[in-house]
Amino acid sequence: MRKIEAIIKPFKLEEVKDALTELGVYGMTVSEVRGFGRQKGHKEAYRGTEYTIEFVPKTKIEVVVSDALSDKVVETIIRTAKTGSIGDGKIFVSNLEGVVRIRTGESGDRAL
Amino acid sequence: MRRQAKPGYIHAIGVGVCIAVMFAAGMAAAQESTPPPPAPAPTAPAPKIDTGDTAWVLASSALVMAMTMPGLALFYGGMVRGKNVLGTITHSFIILCLVSLIWVLWGYSLAFGPDVGGVIGSLAWFGLSGVGGEPSTYAPTIPHQVFMLFQLMFAAITPALITGAFAERMKFSALLLFSALWVTLIYCPLAHWIWGQGWLAKMGAMDFAGGAVVHISSGWAALACALVMGRRQGYGTAQLVPHNLPMSLLGAGLLWFGWFGFNAGSALGASALAASAFLATHTAAAAGGMSWMMAEWLHRGKPTSLGVASGVIAGLATVTPAAGFVGLFAAFFIGLVAGAACYGAVVWKGRLGYDDSLDVVGIHGVGGIIGILATGLFASKVINAAASDGLFFGNPGQFGIQLVTAGVSVVFAFVGTMVLLKLVDWTVGLRVAADEEERGLDLSQHEEQAYSK
Repeated sequence: MRKIEAIIKPFKLEEVKDALTELGVYGMTVSEVRGFGRQKGHKEAYRGTEYTIEFVPKTKIEVVVSDALSDKVVETIIRTAKTGSIGDGKIFVSNLEGVVRIRTGESGDRAL
Repeated sequence: MRRQAKPGYIHAIGVGVCIAVMFAAGMAAAQESTPPPPAPAPTAPAPKIDTGDTAWVLASSALVMAMTMPGLALFYGGMVRGKNVLGTITHSFIILCLVSLIWVLWGYSLAFGPDVGGVIGSLAWFGLSGVGGEPSTYAPTIPHQVFMLFQLMFAAITPALITGAFAERMKFSALLLFSALWVTLIYCPLAHWIWGQGWLAKMGAMDFAGGAVVHISSGWAALACALVMGRRQGYGTAQLVPHNLPMSLLGAGLLWFGWFGFNAGSALGASALAASAFLATHTAAAAGGMSWMMAEWLHRGKPTSLGVASGVIAGLATVTPAAGFVGLFAAFFIGLVAGAACYGAVVWKGRLGYDDSLDVVGIHGVGGIIGILATGLFASKVINAAASDGLFFGNPGQFGIQLVTAGVSVVFAFVGTMVLLKLVDWTVGLRVAADEEERGLDLSQHEEQAYSK
C-alpha cells in the first residue's frame, strides 16, 4: 500500500478529484494548507505599513492506494494539476504499513 | 511596566469594591442632595419645548450611541488579531456602560453644571438633580434631560476612541480604572472649558461638535498611552494585521451613519443649521475618503479598502468642530486635506516608531487639530448667525483663539493622561503579562474564544 500526498493549487482540486475517481480511487482526504517552495508570496498593506506574506494557500490531497495503482495515480495527478507555472506543487509517495476500516474492522487492501 | 500577573480574583475584588463604593456613595448622595440654585433666568420670553427639535436630538443621541457600539467596537474589532477581537469590542461596550453611569452621577454636573471659576462645573446637578423636563440655557427648545443624554453619548465615545492606542495589550481592570478617571478628570473639565461655561468658551473658542473636546483629547491621550505602555510583542517582525476587514468596514459605515447625529445633532434643533451641518459632515466624509484613497494610490501603488474607510473617518473627525460653522466648499476642502494629511500622519507614525495600534493619533489627534484651526479660517456668520467669522471672512483673531484652544487641549490631554497612566500602572498595572499577550486578550482576560475552528 502506498500513501500519496499531493500539494496542489487550490483551483485544481475539482479536476484532480474527478480524474482520480474515474481511475478507481474511492476515497481521499483534503485539507487547506499554507506553504512555499520557489513560488514567492505576496504583499499586503494596512494603513501604510507593508507586510510580506510568504506562505501561499495550497490544497493537500491524501489518498491511500494499492501498490499496483500507485504509479497511475501519480501520473493522473501530474496531468490534471499541472499548469506549467511556478507553484504547481509536489507529490510525496510513501509506503504504508496498514489500513483499517473502522465500521467493519477490515484491514489491508480490503479496507481501501 | 509589566508585573507578575496577580491572581484574577484580586483584580475582580478590587475593581468591584471601587465600583460598589462609587455608586453606593453616589446613589446615597443623589437622594440627599439639596435643590440646585435655579438656572439663570432667561431674558427672552420663556423657552418653549419644540417637538421637532426634541425628536431630532433624541434620535441624534441614539445615533451617537451607535457610533460607540457597534460602530467603533466593530471598526476596532476587525483591525486587531482574532485572539483579541472580543477583548477589543468589550473595551467599547463596557466603557459605554461605565461612562453612562458616571455621567448621570457626577459627569454631567462637572462638565455642564454651574460654573466654578471658569475651570469646572459644580456638583449641584449630581445625580441629575435639577435636570428635568424644562429646557436649559444650553438648548432652549428641548428638555434639559435630552441635552444631557446627547452629551452623555459624546462622553462615552471619547474614552472608547483611546482604546485603539493600547489595543491588544491592556489589562481589563486597568482599562476600567483608567477610563473612569479619564472621563472624570480630563473629559469633563475640557468639555466644561469649551462647551460648559468655562474659560475657553468665554474666550470665544468655537468647537461645533467636538474637534477639541473629543478628537484632540482622545488623539493626544492616545499618544501618551502608546508611549507609556510600549509596543506590542513582535512589533516590527510579526504580522500584526487585521483579522477581519469586512468587520472594520461595517464599523466604519456605522460610524459615518452615526456621525450625522454627532454633528447635525449638535445644532440642537431640527433646523436649517442641522441641515447645513449634515451637508458639511457628509461632504467632508466623502472628500476624505477620496483623498486618502488617492494619496495611498499614488504613494504605495494600490488603493486599499481600509484606506477608504480611514479617509472617510479622517474627514468626519476633521470637519467635526467646523460642521455647523462652515459652508460647502470649506467642508470639501477640509475633507480633502484631512484625507491626505491623516494618511501622511499614519505613514509617518511608522517612521517615528511608536505603536499606536489603531491610529488614534494620526486620525483623531491630527484631524482634530486641523479641524479646530480650519474652523478659525472658514467660519462664517452667514452659515451660523451665532458664530464668529473666521480669518478668511475678515476676523484673524478667531484663528488665534482656535490656535490657543487646540494647544491647550493637546497639552492638557497629553500631560493629564500621562499622569493618570502612571497612577493606574502604580495601582493596578497597565499591561498584561507577556504570556497573556501571546495567548491573546480574549483568553487571558475573559476566558473566551471568538471563533471556534
